[in-house]
Amino acid sequence: MLKYYHYFFILLAFQLTSGCSSKNSQQSSVQSSVQSSVQSTVQSTEQHPNGELYNAVGGQKGIEKLVNVFVKNIANAPEILPYFAKSSVKHFKQGFINHFCVIVNGPCKYAGDNMIDIHTGMNITERDFNRVVELLVESMDEVDISYPNQNKILKKLAALRSQVIKR
Amino acid sequence: MNRLYKSILFNWLKLSLVILSFLSMPMTSFANGKILATPGVIQIEGSGGGGLVPWAQLAGYATEDEIALSGFCTQANVKDFQLTSCGAQLNLYDRVEISFAKQNFDVDPLSLTLSQNIIGVKLRLYGDLLYSTWPQISLGIQHKSLGTPDIAYALGAEDDTGTDIYLAASKLHLGLLAGYNVLWNISTRYTQANEMGLLGFGGPGDESTLQAEVSVAVLLNKHLAVGTEYRMKPDNLGLEESNWKDVFVAWFPNKYVTVTLAYLDLGTIAAIPDQTGWYLSLSGSY
Repeated sequence: MLKYYHYFFILLAFQLTSGCSSKNSQQSSVQSSVQSSVQSTVQSTEQHPNGELYNAVGGQKGIEKLVNVFVKNIANAPEILPYFAKSSVKHFKQGFINHFCVIVNGPCKYAGDNMIDIHTGMNITERDFNRVVELLVESMDEVDISYPNQNKILKKLAALRSQVIKR
Repeated sequence: MNRLYKSILFNWLKLSLVILSFLSMPMTSFANGKILATPGVIQIEGSGGGGLVPWAQLAGYATEDEIALSGFCTQANVKDFQLTSCGAQLNLYDRVEISFAKQNFDVDPLSLTLSQNIIGVKLRLYGDLLYSTWPQISLGIQHKSLGTPDIAYALGAEDDTGTDIYLAASKLHLGLLAGYNVLWNISTRYTQANEMGLLGFGGPGDESTLQAEVSVAVLLNKHLAVGTEYRMKPDNLGLEESNWKDVFVAWFPNKYVTVTLAYLDLGTIAAIPDQTGWYLSLSGSY
């Protein structure tokens, strides 16, 4: 019987330690991002006292940082990049920053095209939609958005799925 | 006692080989379109689900354009009994799941082993666990053939084969509990099986055969889920057959392998009370 526990806890311990070590390696970037997010949180708190989620992602600066990382991760995903063949990176970044700001209840207005128009003709599959969700999650990990806040953001984005896929 | 350790060791060798082969697989797959952990694990009768309860999700990570192949081995040891269940699942386009499982059930007081084969088919009728407004709904059957029916007949069972039919509904709520994702599944099963079929089907006390089964889980992070299950069962043989309960933790290191550990409370089995113990399951998907 004991062997069971041993195996499981070894596996569990392995996962926990590997999680910790990856955190350590990111520490320098964490520190710098903490500094910048503290600054922007202060800023955004002044601007937007009720935007809990907006503040949690580091306000406008945090969103810009996230979108930059997200674009970098998309560029490194060969199965996703072709969807962006016809789009301008600058245009996408600006549109996504504004849209994301609205998603997290930030003090922004999204004036771009609606989700249906943007994705019509792209024929995005269920699989590729989920792949982009994973890239976004990886990006949120990279800029240290907490798991509960990630889930709150994903809940809002998930509601838009039917306007995005298979169009 | 020696026999028990040998069987545990042997099973562990088998499980270790499975885990090694999955971990060494190349990181390309023809079916990994679903989000990590959303298909759940494989339940003891071989269907995609929790540990004891079949869920509405189909086994494996296939989306509507993909096919997934999964395999599992589960060992459940309670005070006087041990169950080993191993099998495989084919997921066709996130629409149909075809499953096979072989169960061996060691009865320590009698020093014998009961075994049965289970063929399952599950059809997704509606929805998506994660994205649809309403829960995902699936209809499934589990056709069971008991290869060792002598004990079952001696206890009063009427048949050595039986077919369970279940309707399952499941939903994952993103960020529901202080930002953590909550998953639930409710299944209603029509069954005449005694102890899942290991003690045959039907019997003198045959009455109500619609049973409810419930699972709830919380994802602590992308890779780790904890939860609990409750499975109601009929008592056709008048042996005080109990409802089953468990508390589990499931680990999803990647989309290829899953490890589940659970604490079981199976109550009374064949009139022998206090059957609590441990459950360990390993499944892989490709």
